[in-house]
Amino acid sequence: MRDVLDQIDRWQSEGKSVAVATVVKVWGSAPRPLGSKMVVSSDGEMAGSVSGGCVEGAVAEEARSVLASGEPRLVHFGVSDDRAWSVGLSCGGEIEVFIEALPTG
Amino acid sequence: MNSEILNELRACIEREQLVVLATIVAGAGVGNQLLIWPAEQTLGDLGTPRLNQRAALFAEKAFQSFEAKRRTIDHQGEQLEIFFDVHPPPEKLVVIGAVHVAIHLIEFARALGLRTIVIDPRTAFATPERFAAADQLIAEWPAAALARIPIHESTYFVTLSHDFKIDLPALEVALASPARYIGALGSTRTHERRVAELLELGLSAEQIDRIRAPVGLDLGGRRAEEIALAIAAQIVAARHGREL
Repeated sequence: MRDVLDQIDRWQSEGKSVAVATVVKVWGSAPRPLGSKMVVSSDGEMAGSVSGGCVEGAVAEEARSVLASGEPRLVHFGVSDDRAWSVGLSCGGEIEVFIEALPTG
Repeated sequence: MNSEILNELRACIEREQLVVLATIVAGAGVGNQLLIWPAEQTLGDLGTPRLNQRAALFAEKAFQSFEAKRRTIDHQGEQLEIFFDVHPPPEKLVVIGAVHVAIHLIEFARALGLRTIVIDPRTAFATPERFAAADQLIAEWPAAALARIPIHESTYFVTLSHDFKIDLPALEVALASPARYIGALGSTRTHERRVAELLELGLSAEQIDRIRAPVGLDLGGRRAEEIALAIAAQIVAARHGREL
């Protein structure tokens, strides 16, 4: 959290809403450990990482719908998942990411 | 996340205070959160007092290992998935004694991702030229310098000065702190004298037992960089809960 806190402050001070995504489960050779975080602004900007670049785009997309609905969401990415193939979790691992909206200011 | 939790989490991170955030990621009450400090102090609500209490108990392990964990908990006939996210204070290495071993130790510590702080009142040793790589160089007596530096569960502490006047007051501070690792350079005989001096200062044998001395893994090397590597290796072991 420490590494994305400044970024959260910056976006919130610009009036944007922010979602945080956390790796809450890993199987196999997942590239980032449990607790790894990325943050996404309502403008679609990203900071931090949950997979070393494999699924960040898809997480950002999910994050924007979490911001729109306000409802947190648990999302699974893995080799058996068609979308994960297409966004390329090439390490062969699987991860689960919990995405939640942060309160404004 | 609600603003009470976010503000308190932010304050803990700024104060360099260890805290665990428990979040229900699947099951009833998804998104509910509880901040947990050591000794089962909490803020927030997972749903019921009983569930909060159980989560606080589970968090105890995370306070030791610093590793995030996910747990399935049976609660009122339903399975809940709770994620325990550890927010540890930033890892740092405090080195007492701006000696040659310290220069190499700082290099290794940086490679390991630790923030580095070097303290030595002897201005001939504590020069910015010798310690350009350190995050902080403080040319003061340890008692004065350490009054400004929080020593917490992710702090690694090493005395290298070879001078009891400098090392002992620093060890007094370290032994009273929750530092993850405390090492002191010197032979077994030097350490015997050090233990006697610390007992004299009123520290308990149990406290003094925390000191790793002779410091570092027994790699056999005598050169400054080899000693520094032996200490760095012991720090890595301590980081992962191994006592080598």
